[in-house]
Amino acid sequence: MSLEKSTIIRKKDLSLLERLYIPEIVKGMTLTIRQMFTPTFTTQYPEERFQPPASFRGRPVLVEEHGVERCVACGLCSRVCPALAIEVQAGETELGKERYPEKFEINMIRCIFCGFCEEVCPEEAIIMSQEYELAFTNPQDALFGKDKLLVPIEKVQTRLDFLRSNR
Amino acid sequence: MPSVKVTIDGTQIEADSKRTIIEAAREHGIKIPHFCWHPKLSVSGNCRMCLVEIEKMPKLAIACSTQVAEGMVVHTKNDRVVHARNAVMEFFLINHPLDCPICDEAGECKLQDYTYKYSTGYSRFDEDKVHKPKRIQIGPHVMFDAERCILCSRCIRFCDEIAGVHQLQFIQRGDHTELTTFPGEKLDNPYSMNVVDICPVGALTNADFRFKARVWEMSFTDTICQGCARGCNIEVGVRNNEILRLTPRRNDDVNSSWMCDHGRLDTFKFVNAENRIKAPMIRKDGVLVEVGWDEAIARVASELKSFKKSEIAALGSPFATNEDNYVFQRFAKEVLGTKNIDFARHSHEGDEDAILIRADKSPNSTGAAEVGVVPGDNGMSFNAIIEGIREGKIKALYALEDDLAALPGVAEALSKLEFFVVHAANDSATLRYADIVFAAATYAEKNGTMVNFEQRVQRVRPAVTTLELDRAMDGFEMSRWDKFASHNDKWGKGPRRDARSSWKIVASIAALMGTKFKYNTADEVFNEIAQRVESFRGLSYLKVGTKGTPLKAKTAASVHA
Ligand code: SF4
Ligand code: SF4
Ligand code: SF4
Ligand code: SF4
Repeated sequence: MSLEKSTIIRKKDLSLLERLYIPEIVKGMTLTIRQMFTPTFTTQYPEERFQPPASFRGRPVLVEEHGVERCVACGLCSRVCPALAIEVQAGETELGKERYPEKFEINMIRCIFCGFCEEVCPEEAIIMSQEYELAFTNPQDALFGKDKLLVPIEKVQTRLDFLRSNR
Repeated sequence: MPSVKVTIDGTQIEADSKRTIIEAAREHGIKIPHFCWHPKLSVSGNCRMCLVEIEKMPKLAIACSTQVAEGMVVHTKNDRVVHARNAVMEFFLINHPLDCPICDEAGECKLQDYTYKYSTGYSRFDEDKVHKPKRIQIGPHVMFDAERCILCSRCIRFCDEIAGVHQLQFIQRGDHTELTTFPGEKLDNPYSMNVVDICPVGALTNADFRFKARVWEMSFTDTICQGCARGCNIEVGVRNNEILRLTPRRNDDVNSSWMCDHGRLDTFKFVNAENRIKAPMIRKDGVLVEVGWDEAIARVASELKSFKKSEIAALGSPFATNEDNYVFQRFAKEVLGTKNIDFARHSHEGDEDAILIRADKSPNSTGAAEVGVVPGDNGMSFNAIIEGIREGKIKALYALEDDLAALPGVAEALSKLEFFVVHAANDSATLRYADIVFAAATYAEKNGTMVNFEQRVQRVRPAVTTLELDRAMDGFEMSRWDKFASHNDKWGKGPRRDARSSWKIVASIAALMGTKFKYNTADEVFNEIAQRVESFRGLSYLKVGTKGTPLKAKTAASVHA
């Protein structure tokens, strides 16, 4: 196949001022120079880190209260997760809640940060944190087990308060 | 059968005058919600969920205990009924704990389903709920949670009427009523776990399956139990390619709606077991070492040629399918040319009852004999074969999946064999004497049929994948996880074993020995059985269906091979 010849379109109805083009350049430069003196909002990542608001949906974490996870391994988050990122295996515990997650794994490559897991959880046990730094060089590293997921309740209190206030 | 005309929700139906409204409606596909009524148990009428309006009757009536009558006009969906049902649901939910997240019944719970369907979901109850004992081991295989119990009495009636033992009872009154066993006793009858299936809520749960999986994570495959010659119809629950539980499936010609605890607990764990045979094995320098399929098959083909026809014996198996046994007997008769063909019986006299459990502990002894695993003219029967091995007359034995060494006196005979080939799914004492072992697929990993003690052919369906069968390509039942897992997700898969159906292994050996059997799939084998074995004439997998069908003749038919 041969390339078709492209036709150059020239606007024929330019005004005299436009055709002189120098005033247009002056206009553009004025805008550029004005921007140089306005305050910047660029964050110098990674030297400076973005502190997200409570409404931010960072990586999902499990809430740890009194040294144990709140999660009862009901599997609802796993069922609702549109990306099939969560795997839960329940086990029996002596505690009053009877069930606990023997295994809880989120595949962070699959997770799309939709927050459905947080929304469906009957125990307020899985919530979206403010952590967003997730880069992996190996797919195995993206499998977050309980060791990485459990976070003491004090650290996620802002999110819990946010959820309560928006119920 | 005098029949009467009844109008239910505007549809006129004809029903047997002995039927109750709930039964008549069900027969015509109209569902009336209910908790305590069960088609196989007596009517109790305590839950009030089946309230319906009958014209000319001042109050609502319960459909489960009101008989139909000529000209009756019943409404099951009008405002009055809907309002009453919501009130009944509100009562049930007053003291019901909010346990769904930790309850194994969630997902298949009548109370959950009806709450969505028939309740407004609004409660006016602000007081404290009544608390009762939780996590009680009420029997060796059953867990009980008194708070979840809605006091329907199905479990009590099951024990009284079906299992024939009065083991459960209500004590106390009002909202303190509680289910219990008699002091010092346990719910331990051989059918105890059926109460788990009929309990409409999660008050009685399966102790073995406890917290193993949520029901919506599993796939369910219709197949039959392997515990005895009854062949109870069951569903196999599988997640991550591992069987997690068995539940009975209703078939009024076989097992009604029940199964025994032995069948439920002891007939699937070997499929998941650690001691599965992982590959074909050949004995080298006294130990069995894993080899490739081709090597093992070639070895058997060449070794078997070195024996005289009369020195070889073949043992089919009452644990293998008709397809396995049929191809095996063709192989024995046409390729090996031996008449010494039979199979071992596994009858435990006395270990049976009038409910379901049969003394014959194998699922397919009728089928094995029916498709031709019987001695030829002047051929040796099982006992004669064992005797023949002892005397040195039989030097080579080929056996399908069966733990022969566990039978009295057989192990000692096996040790005298010069050449012993066996198909096995798990490690067993028999393998100690084997020269070649083939990794056989279990009943949960292959297609096939079995014949129960009442001459009923029933289907066995694969629920667990092996390297031989693929879940999607071979039409297995699929869970959501099975459907959407990709190749790098470890869940949704589980171990996939290198095991093959016995008939396929036998056919490959036959091919090397010069006889080609032209089957590609189990149903092709079955179609040939249907052509050549009189009692199977005209049958197909389609006709056998999910509930089985009786064999034609009730005599041990001969094979015209
Ligand atoms: S929904 Fe909540 S309680 Fe249920 S398994 Fe997920 S985190 Fe645990
Ligand atoms: S945030 Fe969404 S995608 Fe991520 S684990 Fe939760 S439900 Fe799944
Ligand atoms: S335990 Fe279950 S079956 Fe028995 S009375 Fe209670 S709710 Fe009914
Ligand atoms: S009666 Fe026999 S076939 Fe039925 S469940 Fe028990 S062992 Fe299985």
